[in-house]
Amino acid sequence: MGKLNPVYWWRLLLGLPNDGLTKTLAVALLVALASAIVVSTASVHLRPMQEENRERERQARIVALVSAAIGDAGPLIARVVELRTGRYSPDIDPVTFDQRAAAGDPARSIAIPPEADIAGLGRRANHARVFLREVNGKIDLIVLPVYGQGYQSILYGYLALRGDFNTVAALSFYEQGDTPGMGARITEAAWQANWRDRKIADDGGSPKIAVARGKAEGPYEVDGISGATRTGQGVTNLLRYWLGNHGFGPLLDRLRKEGS
Amino acid sequence: MIELFAKTIFAENLLLSLFLGMCTFLAVSTRVATAAGLGVAIIAVQAITVPINHLIFTYFLKKGAWGWAGLGDIDLGYLKLVCFIGVIAAIVQILEMLLDRFVPHLHRALGIFLPLITVNCAILGGSLFMVERRYDFADSVVYGVGTGTGWALAIVTMAAIRERLRYSDVPEGLRGLGIAFIVTGLMSLGFTGFGGTSLQ
Amino acid sequence: MPGPYTKTLMDPLIENNPVTLQILGICSALAVTTSLLTALVMSAALTSVLVVSNGAISLIRNHIPSAIRLIVQITIIASLVIVADEILKAYAFETSKRLSVFVGLIITNCIVLARAESFAMRNPPVPSLLDGLGNGLGYSLILIALGSVRELLGAGTLLAVAVLPTIRQGGWFEPLALMLNPASAFFMLGFLVWIIRTVRRHQVEEPEFRPRTTGSKAG
Repeated sequence: MGKLNPVYWWRLLLGLPNDGLTKTLAVALLVALASAIVVSTASVHLRPMQEENRERERQARIVALVSAAIGDAGPLIARVVELRTGRYSPDIDPVTFDQRAAAGDPARSIAIPPEADIAGLGRRANHARVFLREVNGKIDLIVLPVYGQGYQSILYGYLALRGDFNTVAALSFYEQGDTPGMGARITEAAWQANWRDRKIADDGGSPKIAVARGKAEGPYEVDGISGATRTGQGVTNLLRYWLGNHGFGPLLDRLRKEGS
Repeated sequence: MIELFAKTIFAENLLLSLFLGMCTFLAVSTRVATAAGLGVAIIAVQAITVPINHLIFTYFLKKGAWGWAGLGDIDLGYLKLVCFIGVIAAIVQILEMLLDRFVPHLHRALGIFLPLITVNCAILGGSLFMVERRYDFADSVVYGVGTGTGWALAIVTMAAIRERLRYSDVPEGLRGLGIAFIVTGLMSLGFTGFGGTSLQ
Repeated sequence: MPGPYTKTLMDPLIENNPVTLQILGICSALAVTTSLLTALVMSAALTSVLVVSNGAISLIRNHIPSAIRLIVQITIIASLVIVADEILKAYAFETSKRLSVFVGLIITNCIVLARAESFAMRNPPVPSLLDGLGNGLGYSLILIALGSVRELLGAGTLLAVAVLPTIRQGGWFEPLALMLNPASAFFMLGFLVWIIRTVRRHQVEEPEFRPRTTGSKAG
């Protein structure tokens, strides 16, 4: 029974010379194993909480965005849209749809041609999830997820448009990694309030909405944030991309035609 | 891509704008020759590790990487810290052996600082930012070379300034570390000026 | 209650502060101090990792083969940092996003590796834990000082609570945008070092070059 005693083997292992091959391999293996167990346990255990955080934050953003603009949010309907045609895709469940994962999956996304990729995204998912509010059968508010390259990180936000699909109800950014105190200020309520009632495009149709380099001029512009020119440029580019033909353009065109 | 390269050297210099790699920077920047040697080593390490880490992350670690095996839900992203450090340690070890064999005087001059490249925040930081900004492979290569060059530029410039400072009459309390900080702050302020430029 | 380990714990606070004397851990001291909250969270993360890593490495210090010493230390530290990062993402989601990659960079934070190599490898677990705590607190002290000043002067707030009423809010305080710029962190750290070394003269460095005096002065 003596030789089968694990404590005996453990003591034997500890007694080996440190620089011997056996000991080296054993220590390396044990440390790797212990680290792997610790890390995996923590990660698996904490993952549900993290997912919940992310989802809760996403919901909170949309609700806050809409309430800030309209007052009362009212029931928001989620729909998955096929970006190319602007039609709804009823066979994709809006609750579980993850646009970021789709953008990375070659089967559910396309590569954006460089000259069209003003937001620096690389790939674009074929579908997106939008939120609608209907009053008396007509859509009076639509919330679009928008994202694009900022100064040093990707900016993620929601754009809410009114029923004419040309006036901004609100713009809110909920995730970004730009410079704290400068570019990061796009998440501040004070700056976001500037977007209310801005117009997207003129009668010609191409998006004119932009962040100005200084003070805003005209109904399509918003004041820039000093020290955050690059971030502001990023915001302009991502808005123009998603409101253009490569983004939600087809959807908005279709809704405008149906509304009139 | 040229714009990314210029951006990483000037407007987003890893050392002067993002503060990565300070410890080695402050310790080695006293002589221009050693600083230049270390700078070249850093460029080499960064240019190799960022693309390799990109490949590892894309094909092994990120969510959906195992899709081809039918395990598309697995997300090993949390292991990236350990994997990247492992890759960096291996590359530095190889670089050290190559230098010892082919350029021994540089190997001697750099001394302890060569293995310390492994724990240089700038190297790991470069890989982590590459993941956060979701660069593709080509951009990763440019980013690696660019960030390495930016860091090398900062350390050589600093060494040149500090060599002059040896003969200056610096107040006692500021001597050495203190004045190094203030000078770095001024350099950082200067590099911030590049932030408004862009190559179109 | 001075005990055998009081010196281990108290030294790193001012006498042997990791940031201002040992010149370690500077990277994050500069980057995360734009606000007091991020400085506090970062300090907590680093101190926790430092304490546990010192303890763990000290426990196995007598059995680590020299060939893999560095890798073993780094593996242990990296694992602890991953755990810290995951905990932050679960319990302090907002702040972890603002800290972005800097929590991960604790792995390369010179303080952790330096204390592991120079203290934990040679001392029993209890003093190692205290050394980790002491250095962590010394680091936290600097970070909190920088964070408070930069947030107060840069935005008029502390922990996002308005302290100095800014002009935009109808007050008198014009925020100093320079404080939110990286350069200010360097300046402040330089001044902090200056103050500490004026009070503790023995920390002053020797000049690298002394001009030769050439006899009597003219005139």
